[in-house]
Amino acid sequence: MSKNDILIQVNQLYKIFGDNTNEALELVKNGMGKDELLEKCNCVLGLNKINLDINKAKIQVVMGLSGSGKSTLIRHLNRLIEPTSGEILVNNQDILSLSQKELIQFRQNNMSMVFQKFALFPHKTVLQNVGYGLAVQNIPEKEWNEKAKKWINRVGLDGYETYFPGQLSGGMQQRVGLARALATDAEILLMDEAFSALDPLIRSEMQNILLDLQNELHKTIIFITHDLDEALKIGDRIAILRDGSMVQDSNPQEIIMQPADDYVSDFIKDINRARVIQAKSIMTPTKVKSSGATVKEDMVLEDILQIMSDEPSKPVTIEDTKGKVTGKIEMDNLIEGMKRPKSQGTNITG
Amino acid sequence: MEWFFNFPDMSRSDLREFKKTVDFAFTDFSRSYGAEIEGFFEPLLMFLVWFEKLFINTPWPLIIFGILVLAWIGSRSIPVVIGTFLSFMLIGYFGMWEDTMSTLAIILVATFLCISIGIPMGIAMARSNKVQAVIVPVLDVMQTIPSFVYLIPVVMLLGIGKVPGLIAVCIYAIPPIVRLTNLGIRLVDKDVLEAADSFGANYWQKLFGVQMPLALPTIFAGVNQTIMMALAMVVIASMIGVKGLGLPVLRAISNQYLALGLMNGLAIVVLAIIFDRVTQKFGLRMQKYRNDGKD
Repeated sequence: MSKNDILIQVNQLYKIFGDNTNEALELVKNGMGKDELLEKCNCVLGLNKINLDINKAKIQVVMGLSGSGKSTLIRHLNRLIEPTSGEILVNNQDILSLSQKELIQFRQNNMSMVFQKFALFPHKTVLQNVGYGLAVQNIPEKEWNEKAKKWINRVGLDGYETYFPGQLSGGMQQRVGLARALATDAEILLMDEAFSALDPLIRSEMQNILLDLQNELHKTIIFITHDLDEALKIGDRIAILRDGSMVQDSNPQEIIMQPADDYVSDFIKDINRARVIQAKSIMTPTKVKSSGATVKEDMVLEDILQIMSDEPSKPVTIEDTKGKVTGKIEMDNLIEGMKRPKSQGTNITG
Repeated sequence: MEWFFNFPDMSRSDLREFKKTVDFAFTDFSRSYGAEIEGFFEPLLMFLVWFEKLFINTPWPLIIFGILVLAWIGSRSIPVVIGTFLSFMLIGYFGMWEDTMSTLAIILVATFLCISIGIPMGIAMARSNKVQAVIVPVLDVMQTIPSFVYLIPVVMLLGIGKVPGLIAVCIYAIPPIVRLTNLGIRLVDKDVLEAADSFGANYWQKLFGVQMPLALPTIFAGVNQTIMMALAMVVIASMIGVKGLGLPVLRAISNQYLALGLMNGLAIVVLAIIFDRVTQKFGLRMQKYRNDGKD
């Protein structure tokens, strides 16, 4: 990845909640953990030495259990929360040095946010909600009305312009939230557990809407979730937080194939590996065509199994998107790939 | 051991001296600045007199029509409008029309004053915890101190009349609007405010676009309470020269006129009920979006 592709850089970011944060910061830098800090200083360690580079036009997922600091991290990016120490660069501009006025401009033009509990304005109509980000920029009403209508149409809520949020279902409300965030044309979209409050069917539908939009708009999206399936479905990269520290930041395939520690292993142990792992992650690299069928390198193991089951003895050929042969997979590899690694502590106690 | 059984208090002469000093100081103050302060309130007095005259001199059918229109705009409820009509007809029939108009005038002016001072105070309190810490004890005092006690300095400064009466009413009636404005703004959902922040709304955009509209039902409960308390103060205000329904009540108390007291007292109650129903219905309508669930 070249330097130019990086849009957001988070460097050595610390956040400590409580009084006397300077003293606490020193202790944390010297390696004190979250529990000990709480006991000694009565301070809560929010973020611990976070380094994260976020690529332009990609979806960066930040994952972790509740309390791991993921919502805190995302709120640093638009300075809804001020860091205790560290540096945040957006487009090589240090956003921590922005004055209050510049910060307001920055929020209006560069970033918009979608919230877990929707956070729509209950007293405003759908149209006014979607246009809010434009209205606060003092754009003439006619102009923002038009733009808002366009985005309402884009998320499939035509005809609901005059409704109040309280009259809509959860899924529809979050579409309003999404349209509101998109309406400002900000390059960066912050999504704080945006789909977590929705039921599974609606959630999956919203994920598809987001991916569709992303194909077209190429935004830089920071997506917070605690749901691994969701992370794997939409993430170009996944960062995993634990107790305020970054445990792993890599692409989804690597997370599954090479979990950084037991915490990550624990996270991924319940996923359906056959449906997530792609051919390229387990293939044996070779330039030679094998005897079996030929499949793309991003095909998941489940589908390859379907193809191989006809002729189990013949290895399949793997080719990249351009049709060049890159490797092969044999039945043994397939079984090995689907199986949980030993280190992940399978409990077969009946 | 004498101090154990008798409180070691100030000597009588010291105490008398202390009271004298305070009294003289205030008398001096009111002698030297009374005229200026009265001058300051002169426009208010003129307005009050004009407003009261307007109410009394306008032909009664017009007044009733105006009140009914306002009741309809506020409540959108036929029963309330009919109730209002009957109440005012009865009040007029029992010969209390003029007093009722006087009372109405002072209540409206007092409410207007309370709102225009109280809401900005409430906003300032909601914005800063320090301001809140200063204002809350003041409001506590205003609400608990017996009204006669603050009538003394007001009367010493401004004498007897409409303006001191109005001030007394306002001191008594303003706390709820201040408290409830503060509360309403502070109760606005943090998530929603965060959303406004994240889109780059500035303080005033947040205040007038999000906080005030969402706090409006609570603020309106404050307005309602302010009106009720102003009405309750009418009788006491009449002791320092405010005309209206309070005066006959006062007369009835000192002369034991049961019918007179009841009639005027009930007229105050009727006014209070009408104000209450209309403003409450109006407040409910303002938060329609909340009750309007799915379908």
